[in-house]
Amino acid sequence: MTHNQETETAAMNMSSSQFVQDQLNASEPRSNEMKTRVIAKDVNVFYGAKQALFDVSVNVPDKAVIAFIGPSGCGKSTFLRCLNRMNDTIEGCRVEGEIRLDGQDVYDPKIDVVELRARVGMVFQKPNPFPKSIFENVAYGPKIHGLASNKTELEEIVVTSLKKAGLFEEVKDRLREPGTGLSGGQQQRLCIARAIAVSPEVILMDEPCSALDPIATAKIEELIDELRANFTIAIVTHSMQQAARVSQRTAFFHLGVLVEEGPTEQIFTAPSDKRTQDYVTGRFG
Amino acid sequence: MNDLFSTKPDVPQESEARLDRIRAGLSRRHAREKRFRLYGVLAIAAALAFVAILFTMILSKGLPAFQQATLSLPVTFSEELIDVDPQPVREAGQSAADFQAASLRWQRDVTLINWNRVLENAVRQIAPDVEIETRDLQSIIDNGERFKLRDAFVADPSILGRTIQMDVLASANVDNWLKGNIDRDLPDAQQQLSADARALADRLYEEGHIRMAFAWHIFTNVDSRSAPASAGLAGAFMGSLYMMLVVIVLAVPIGVASAIYLEEFAPKNRLTDLIEVNINNLAAVPSIVFGLLGAAVFINYFRLPLSAPIVGGLVLTLMTLPTIIIATRSALRAVPPSLRQAALGLGASKTQTVFHHVLPVTYPGILTATIIGVAQALGETAPLLLIGMNAFVAAVPGSPFEQSTALPVQIFLWQGNENRNFFEARTSAAIIVLLGLMISLNAIAIFLRSRLERRR
Ligand SMILES: Nc1ncnc2c1ncn2[C@@H]1O[C@H](COP(=O)(O)OP(=O)(O)OP(=O)(O)O)[C@@H](O)[C@H]1O
Ligand SMILES: [Mg+2]
Repeated sequence: MTHNQETETAAMNMSSSQFVQDQLNASEPRSNEMKTRVIAKDVNVFYGAKQALFDVSVNVPDKAVIAFIGPSGCGKSTFLRCLNRMNDTIEGCRVEGEIRLDGQDVYDPKIDVVELRARVGMVFQKPNPFPKSIFENVAYGPKIHGLASNKTELEEIVVTSLKKAGLFEEVKDRLREPGTGLSGGQQQRLCIARAIAVSPEVILMDEPCSALDPIATAKIEELIDELRANFTIAIVTHSMQQAARVSQRTAFFHLGVLVEEGPTEQIFTAPSDKRTQDYVTGRFG
Repeated sequence: MNDLFSTKPDVPQESEARLDRIRAGLSRRHAREKRFRLYGVLAIAAALAFVAILFTMILSKGLPAFQQATLSLPVTFSEELIDVDPQPVREAGQSAADFQAASLRWQRDVTLINWNRVLENAVRQIAPDVEIETRDLQSIIDNGERFKLRDAFVADPSILGRTIQMDVLASANVDNWLKGNIDRDLPDAQQQLSADARALADRLYEEGHIRMAFAWHIFTNVDSRSAPASAGLAGAFMGSLYMMLVVIVLAVPIGVASAIYLEEFAPKNRLTDLIEVNINNLAAVPSIVFGLLGAAVFINYFRLPLSAPIVGGLVLTLMTLPTIIIATRSALRAVPPSLRQAALGLGASKTQTVFHHVLPVTYPGILTATIIGVAQALGETAPLLLIGMNAFVAAVPGSPFEQSTALPVQIFLWQGNENRNFFEARTSAAIIVLLGLMISLNAIAIFLRSRLERRR
């Protein structure tokens, strides 16, 4: 309950026009002509000689949640990592095709990956807080990107981010204690706070709830729903229910191929592909 | 799963038989585990026993060397024996060079004074009734102690004519004799000291004029051949310290930097594979080969001074580098990739990721690697022999570029000395000092590591 109150106050603080706009966005049934943020076209990914993704094309809509579902090993994480070029860090990984963020080619050699990752944040499947204090965990991103001009500003960013991640109340008395000392669910929310502290435009989440209990999962889903107002979110999940609950659009991957992408409701109720139907009804996967 | 549970009540005999089989195996498994634990305990016990034996042997042998027979003498700086001009003072109009020359002349005159005679008189004063030849009497005092008198006089010429109570070292032979290291029943011909000298030593000891005092000079004096009783480790100690300094200053930054570059930044290709293989090979190269290399490169080619700690330090640096690189790399490799991903995902650059997140986690590992490497270097002897650090050096080096020896080399030199005194106790005393240095080094490392680990 406190959550909603907080969001409300947060919303009140926003400029009223944006607030109205967001409310409209949230309440409006998402249609096919949503503004797209990220465009992926004919993406092929190879790990050495092995191809992991085959001609994947998908549009990620602005200020919405898109869910990537599919059986294990079908390339969801691989695709997610293409969007902020985390694949660059993997030895022998090669990406072909075109990915555009706001019309800008992400794989353009002139693109600075540091800037790209400041714009496209990521939350990993396993909580991975830095072995530093809770405060420093959240403050690190703003610090390296020079987002805060002084200490009070930095503290403000940290507090706001922790509040947005729904963690502030639990940790406000121990911001100086190590982030690794939190519970798994708290750690994951800390990682989310860390990611949103940089104010990225797009947040990629790779199975953010896979290690969490139902209560923590519910909290994070609630959070994703709130974040949707300001951020574009791409989430990988193995839980069909979760995809249905949090996303507006869903993309189904199978063996490295994007089988089907569309409004979540449609994917779950009237999929056009047989494989999608089998998967969402639990016949395989 | 279901089958397992449902068959249980239905077929009890079968399940009994199954359990019996498990139990039969269990006792074997437990026995094996117990045996393994026993081996472990035995191995630890054996290791501890060896360490205990080593330490008791070294300590029991070496500790007596820290006590040395010392004479307490009323030394009279009589005007009759000390017959020199007054110490020159700089006169108005005298040039600095002239004054220097005068001073030196005066000091030489002072050195030429028969200080042994002064000492002899002092001994005769406390044992007036003893009839003993001068040579025999002087054999009970360490050969180098006359310089102590000279130094006292040079420092304060006003003591002329006064009598001062001074501690002087007894000779090594007296020390051995009083400690019982020498068989008292040996015939005169085989004794180092004459019968008169032995009798005098015994008497002075009984009367309390000779006592066993803590041998501070082991830490403050340098090695000596003519005055074995006053030989000390100061030179070797400083030499080792300088070498350690060189190793720490050079090997740690270079080693850690190479490890970071190879592990975090270098592309993985043929060349880096080759480098990796070679680093591993270098770690296995016998240390004496590094000595040869040092002699050829640093001394013959770069013309660095022979027997200098700087060369020793450079050779030991080469030897320590592979150790530090390999250990640092494995510490870096042990950092979970998720930590790097977390930083990179936030938009940290590669360098920021390494220096802000990866490296701090590895500090304890790097520290351990450094200590192991430096301790190894500190105890290394063979390569130092090849660059001339086994030379006899009777001075404390003032800088890494001056001639010096090193602790392990000093141990080696003393061990090889025919003098019984060195052979019996000095070597062990030096070993104790070296071990003490290593243990304190390790203690510092453990302290630092626990602090670093607590900070996380
Ligand atoms: N680092 C890597 N090196 C080699 N192959 C990889 C690597 N990462 C993933 N792959 C391969 O790429 C394919 C897709 O992997 P990916 O991790 O994207 O699957 P996923 O859909 O995220 O699976 P999961 O749901 O189990 O996380 C798999 O066949 C996998 O074996
Ligand atoms: Mg995955």
